[in-house]
Amino acid sequence: MQYKDYYKVLGVNKTATQAEVKKAYKKLARKYHPDVNPNDKDAEARFKEINEAYQVLGKEENRKKYDQFGQDWKHADQYGQGAGSAGGQRGYQQYTGSPGGEADFADFFESIFGSQARGGSSGFSGFGGRQTHFKGEDMQAELTLQLTDVLTTQKRTLTLNGKNIRITVPAGIENDQRIRLKGLGGKGVNGGPDGDLYIRFNIQNNTAFRREKDNLYKTVDLDLYTAVLGGDVLIDTLDGQVKLKVKAGTQSNSQVRLKGKGFPKYKQDNDKGDLIVTYQIKVPTNLTDKERQLFTELQGLQK
Amino acid sequence: MSINSQHSIEITTLCRHYQVEQAFFTQLNDIGLIETITIQDTLYVDESTIRRIDKIIRLYRELDINPEGIDVVLNLLKKIDDLEQRLSTAKNRLGLYEHD
Repeated sequence: MQYKDYYKVLGVNKTATQAEVKKAYKKLARKYHPDVNPNDKDAEARFKEINEAYQVLGKEENRKKYDQFGQDWKHADQYGQGAGSAGGQRGYQQYTGSPGGEADFADFFESIFGSQARGGSSGFSGFGGRQTHFKGEDMQAELTLQLTDVLTTQKRTLTLNGKNIRITVPAGIENDQRIRLKGLGGKGVNGGPDGDLYIRFNIQNNTAFRREKDNLYKTVDLDLYTAVLGGDVLIDTLDGQVKLKVKAGTQSNSQVRLKGKGFPKYKQDNDKGDLIVTYQIKVPTNLTDKERQLFTELQGLQK
Repeated sequence: MSINSQHSIEITTLCRHYQVEQAFFTQLNDIGLIETITIQDTLYVDESTIRRIDKIIRLYRELDINPEGIDVVLNLLKKIDDLEQRLSTAKNRLGLYEHD
């Protein structure tokens, strides 16, 4: 356990007045408050730290204890055990948007003020203090899936805070897409509605295709002779191989669109995007003497 | 906005819960932060507004931001959210070319 310099956390020096401490705290709180930094874990952690520091330095009584015992927290263990009266002083709230946000005050804090200091749910006047939740807490979760997992709509069971939640993952969901599951967040307070569960999908591409929404893209190598004379090529799609006719005189980087061979459209059952194939013509190298001779003859015909 | 008693909450209930005056909610309504509905002389808000009210109350109490300031904050947060979504879409599109 490390000594925590709460003065440093709030960016004030040890001679700062209570008004200066409060001003510094308010300024940092405005910067790192979870409501103005949604989905920002770093800001959330910083906010907790600031809150913890202000819990100590914002109250003269606590600040004195900290100044007295802070540097040598081991001695403060004993003090902390007898310091139950500090209980109920703390008002750190769990914020909507900071799920699982049990206020993790450092062990260091407990060593000085005792674990009972973590107790109270209200009464910390410095931070408005009141528990203001009505609707249950919104929760956030992230689900990583492979691209091939979202080819079809399927059920998934997630375990969140020890509770199993069965969700439907619609086919065609996008990378980074968030869905809201109403009422699957924290329990409402005083009869208020339950919070929502937000799931962000991290879709990893485990295929040879590139995806943009419901269209898939693929570059296919085409040998020079097929490009010049035309012919057939076999193309892999997500549902098996298809044979494509290649027109004589196909240019490099030309594209062919295969309707309905792309990715499922989000929440549009049985509807799919397109597969766009780009031909990349491979020019033969390491020619044999015979080949070189024939190419030279061809070149001659062009003159 | 359509409203029915099943999905609405009386403002007086919220006043008790948040310990604020009714005038506070009237002010929020006046500057367009929330939409209140009057039914037979009783003020209500739709249940779906609660999350927004929760956030407004926190910003008001904990960061000392007045309702007009909260309006600016929420508009900017919305803008950031839109930009983040556009960034995410752009990143996904960029992925198309990174593999070439």
